[in-house]
Amino acid sequence: MFKIAFRNVLRNGRRSLMTALAIVVGATALVLLGEYNAMIKVGMETGLVRGMGHLQVFKKGYFDFGSGKPAAYSIADYEKAIDTIRSDRVLASMITVISPRVSLGGIAGNAAVDKSKTFFGSGLVPSDKDQMNAWDGYGITNGDRPKSGLDDAKPDQVVVGVGLARILGLCKPLKLKDCPASEVPQPAAKLQLLSGAGGAPNIVSVTAVKASGQGAKEMDDSYIGLHFAKAQQLLYGGDQHKATAIVIQLKNSADIPHAKARLAQIFARDKLDLEAKDFDELYPSNKQILGYFMAMFAFIGVVMAIIVGFTIANTMSMSVMERTNEIGTARAMGVRRGGIHRQFLLEGAILGGLGATAGIAIALGLTHLINHAGITYTPPGNASPVDLYLLTKGTQSLLATVWILLTAIATLASIVPANRASRMKVVDALRHV
Amino acid sequence: MSESVAAPVVALRDVVKTYDDEGLKVTAINGITMEIPRRRFAMIVGPSGSGKTTLLNLIGCIDKPSTGTIEVAGEAVGRLSDNKITDFRAKNIAFIFQNFSLYPVLSAYENVEYPLLLIGMPAKERRERTMGLLEAVGLADQAKQRPNQLSGGQKQRVAIARALVKHPEIVLADEPTANLDSQTGAQIIELMRKMQHEQEVSFIFASHDPQLISHAEETYIIRDGKLVEHRTETV
Repeated sequence: MFKIAFRNVLRNGRRSLMTALAIVVGATALVLLGEYNAMIKVGMETGLVRGMGHLQVFKKGYFDFGSGKPAAYSIADYEKAIDTIRSDRVLASMITVISPRVSLGGIAGNAAVDKSKTFFGSGLVPSDKDQMNAWDGYGITNGDRPKSGLDDAKPDQVVVGVGLARILGLCKPLKLKDCPASEVPQPAAKLQLLSGAGGAPNIVSVTAVKASGQGAKEMDDSYIGLHFAKAQQLLYGGDQHKATAIVIQLKNSADIPHAKARLAQIFARDKLDLEAKDFDELYPSNKQILGYFMAMFAFIGVVMAIIVGFTIANTMSMSVMERTNEIGTARAMGVRRGGIHRQFLLEGAILGGLGATAGIAIALGLTHLINHAGITYTPPGNASPVDLYLLTKGTQSLLATVWILLTAIATLASIVPANRASRMKVVDALRHV
Repeated sequence: MSESVAAPVVALRDVVKTYDDEGLKVTAINGITMEIPRRRFAMIVGPSGSGKTTLLNLIGCIDKPSTGTIEVAGEAVGRLSDNKITDFRAKNIAFIFQNFSLYPVLSAYENVEYPLLLIGMPAKERRERTMGLLEAVGLADQAKQRPNQLSGGQKQRVAIARALVKHPEIVLADEPTANLDSQTGAQIIELMRKMQHEQEVSFIFASHDPQLISHAEETYIIRDGKLVEHRTETV
């Protein structure tokens, strides 16, 4: 039956080719879009995991009220909490990095040029951050490990967003491109940071050593990355030095639910007033953005399915009409109705399978071309362009899904013509010329 | 003559076949009762529109009578379900068509082999039978050729091989020489006669061809859907 079906597909080569082309276009579009979506997902996740870890532990209430009252919602015994988590046998096998953080806001000023700007600061342990930047759970970074630009041994150094550097007149000392001619030359990028957890503000002097693009413009215009100890000094002054969060990076994102549940058990067991949030809770836009891309993928998938379905149904209907006498002969010779039905379903499936296979092969070729063409684009919310890169690793399930989907649609679209063929009266079919 | 040979291969009792042609009732077969003996070269003859093809379709179990009963190879075929009657056809009845009706996508060998696939014959036996029939009809050298590479006479030889390969009880042929020139037609008639003799199978024809009619052992003359005469030639 397969041999006859395959030869029948090749029988009217031009029509089969045109039909298969519709499937090829559908398969190519779905694979390319699916690879793009997959890249967005793992790219965003890698960026988030490198920046904020998989989980962050807060004092209960910090997430909702802490930014307005950081001293009250900071973790006082953060070192003890870190030791407790690190020594847990269940969590130890999952964790790559555990590190304290201080988040703070304040005013940054450059007295040399008389400029100031509110900032959002993140106090971190530089060596821990560098280790976090090595995370590559999906193997997409080709070993690219961006450095924080800070040094554990140099607590006075800070990294600023490119936008903030320009605003504060640090374009020339930080050797940025396209510096305004009016900017006053300075020997070093000295800044004064002002912040506090309450009462009188604290002031520290730091040196900006690097300007680093932060993606989103809002962050680029306000970010300062500083040494954890310096951030503690700035936020808490002479009071007890605490941490606003403990960042936990896992080896695998799949371990998030397990690790989160284990942390909840530990906090309950040790009566710690702490809670853990994962990156989807810390950055809810992640899910929304991925949902948007998935909706777009689903919409295009439905449109492609309809086009493929109608094209196959039309082709198979023409084939049934042309082969009416042949159907009558087969029935007269002893082929059951079911046999005729299966014959046409198989022909539809072969057309779908051939088209989907060719479409996937073309899509993989186009992926290679696109990934090596050096195309850049600026995603929504980004301050600077990024490379257009389509994910090829781990997309086997996408390819299999597209192939199965289009082959199944082609088969389903053949049901009506196959029904018509199998229900023909033998004498009427034989009489057909 | 044994008992099984004595029993008719086809028996029709008061068979009526009417068609509903856009509200108009057309009676194609009007109360035919007849028997066709086994292993004979039987001919159904009559003018155009007399009901020859309808009668052949009824005997071939590809159409059902409006009333009356039909027995083919001892089986009352009127009561069989669609699947059972299809399986019955696959085993017992073969057709030779005026327009050959070969599968264009299959080679001569594959066309002949096809009926054996339908009855689930093992591959080795299938191969032997198929090649045996192709040799018998003189087309062993053309086994790999597709129908569009064969002449009309060669196509009909393939159709004859296809009909006989499963050793059916009956071979039904509707105007098998109509699309052939007289010389090729004569060769095909001779071939069918030879094969019928060798395989001891019942051939039933519907035809206008005087050349073919002259070979008939049993002749059934139909007019206006009625059997008007039955002649038997002594062999």
